[in-house]
Amino acid sequence: MTGAKAAREPTYRDALREALREALAADERVFLMGEDVGRYGGAFGVSLGLLDEFGPDRVRDTPLSESAFVGAGVGAAIAGLRPIVEVMTVNFSLLALDQILNNAATLLHMSGGQVAVPLVIRMTTGAGRQLAAQHSHSLEGWYAHIPGIRVLAPATLDDARYMLAPALADPDPVVIFEHGSLYNVTGTPDPGAAPVDLDSAAVRRAGSDVTLITHGGSLGKALEAAERLATDSIEAEVVDLRTLRPLDDATALASVARTHRAVVIDEGWRTAGLSAEVAARIAEQGFYDLDAPVERVCGAEVPVPYARQLEEAALPQVAGIVAAARRAVG
Amino acid sequence: MTRRTAADPHRGSLGPPGGREHRHDLLREMLRIRRFEERCVELYSAGEIRGFVHLCIGEEAVSVGVHQALTPEDSVVTTYREHGHALARGIPMAAVLAEMLGRVTGCSRGRGGSMHLFDVGRRFYGGHGIVAGGIPVAAGLALADRMRGRPNLTCCFFGDGAVAEGEFHETANLAALWDLPLLMVCENNLYAMGTPLAREHAQIDLAARAASYGLVAWAVDGMDVLAVERAVRRAAQAVREGAGPYFLELRTYRFRAHSMYDPDLYRDKAEIEQWKQRDPITLLTDRMRAEDGFDDAGLDLVEKEVSEELERAVEEAGKGGLEPPEDLLRFVYSPAGERP
Repeated sequence: MTGAKAAREPTYRDALREALREALAADERVFLMGEDVGRYGGAFGVSLGLLDEFGPDRVRDTPLSESAFVGAGVGAAIAGLRPIVEVMTVNFSLLALDQILNNAATLLHMSGGQVAVPLVIRMTTGAGRQLAAQHSHSLEGWYAHIPGIRVLAPATLDDARYMLAPALADPDPVVIFEHGSLYNVTGTPDPGAAPVDLDSAAVRRAGSDVTLITHGGSLGKALEAAERLATDSIEAEVVDLRTLRPLDDATALASVARTHRAVVIDEGWRTAGLSAEVAARIAEQGFYDLDAPVERVCGAEVPVPYARQLEEAALPQVAGIVAAARRAVG
Repeated sequence: MTRRTAADPHRGSLGPPGGREHRHDLLREMLRIRRFEERCVELYSAGEIRGFVHLCIGEEAVSVGVHQALTPEDSVVTTYREHGHALARGIPMAAVLAEMLGRVTGCSRGRGGSMHLFDVGRRFYGGHGIVAGGIPVAAGLALADRMRGRPNLTCCFFGDGAVAEGEFHETANLAALWDLPLLMVCENNLYAMGTPLAREHAQIDLAARAASYGLVAWAVDGMDVLAVERAVRRAAQAVREGAGPYFLELRTYRFRAHSMYDPDLYRDKAEIEQWKQRDPITLLTDRMRAEDGFDDAGLDLVEKEVSEELERAVEEAGKGGLEPPEDLLRFVYSPAGERP
């Protein structure tokens, strides 16, 4: 056989990189900054090649100083630039939480509307790669707790590709969570895809018997669970929240009004987590639509362990989602 | 090899200090801050001003001296002890006071209070309540100027306590690494709230610590407004010319407690009295008496001018309206269609 190799299907990583490339090319105010984003190509390979294309001023390697470079992103955003700051993982982002919560999320209000912070912060989240407890947590629920920021969780290639532009156009800080298990996922890009409406959740699968509500790295598991349930003639609707703040509860509630049963799947811890917020809203606003208690499938209440069988036991799995849906359906 | 060499601002020619009129202006600026804060004490005691209120009485030479060297295009980021910086920057007294009274006419619409004064038009970016939290933001403002080729600098104020925070060290490294036009002004008043310098720092020579990152770092008498001005002018010029970040340690003292809540049990009264001998306002006044023929009548005139401004400000601030609770949730997010 001669000629070029068949083009491989793009990955989630490729989609993120293409979004960054497009953003850097489209607006000279945009620059990318973070640990190893330049010469190394990004800890997860997302920004590979962008340094050569855009130069060290706009693809800027930083020292290991999360607070300083996230804070510098805040300042640069205030001054009219459009920084994209990569913080390798959500666990590391805790070192920058002062800048994210006390400054990025707060300055607009505290200044009486004067100091807007159009900053985008990207980071990985989630477990599933045996990275143990300091590289595996799902803390997007913590960030979703904070007024003043927008929190995104792209779960699909198209969201990875088309969430960045509207995030950069948002006048306020946006935190984007990329689930670490998604980077190598391949897919066929939707040729008609357009910038994502960041205010709306997405129904990823239609169904009539139970609603599975999830986001990010758990979407694939929820869709797989739905397929298994279908073999038992249980049709599950799958809602991808995709924007965790502001939370589009209307889409989830409309689905529950059709199916009358809800399972919330969240890799974060159950106690005081995002799943609690979603379940509470269903109880508050959709109580009379329910034919069964809201089920939750969450991360176990444990720091995520290294050993494979323990890590798997700590995370929501397809079988657990299927079992919860069956309980709900009764 | 060190990247830069620290220089002593007291060595060599700094050029003549400003003339008589200039000294007069400096005195008036310091008196504005002093009398304003004394009135804040009264309003606090009367229950009109609430919350944490941190006064800079005794530190006026820092606010006034530094601002002589800044242009309107420069950016300023500061701490919660910032009434002096705000007034020296030109934010109207009435807007600062209205903010402390929680009025919608305040410079942060009553959402910030004493610790969070903002005025974007004057590039005054707070008013930060987290010790050292404003320092990285200042580096970002400086980075933006550098990336866009603008000849401005960002002046960042912080206290001696902030030098123990990681954000200071991370930012000093980042700023030196990237040659940012950042002027780091450490207002060393010897106490981090109630903890004296020697109990909070293993190395109390703060300028030496900053110099270890490659910043040019000087220590300056922060009670002498003319010395402050000279040093800052020289530093600012170098920063503007691309010499990278500078660190100035301004050695000063606050005559009052950390905040209005603070019973001030940790300092010797004798120490306070000793520092009051070097009151920056008295120091400048004495010099003006000796060199400029300044006299009591001249001082009375300045005091009268300041007093009139203050009375007008108190009256105007008191007339400011209150933002209705229905507007509580405004400014959590930018209004749609108003994208900066």
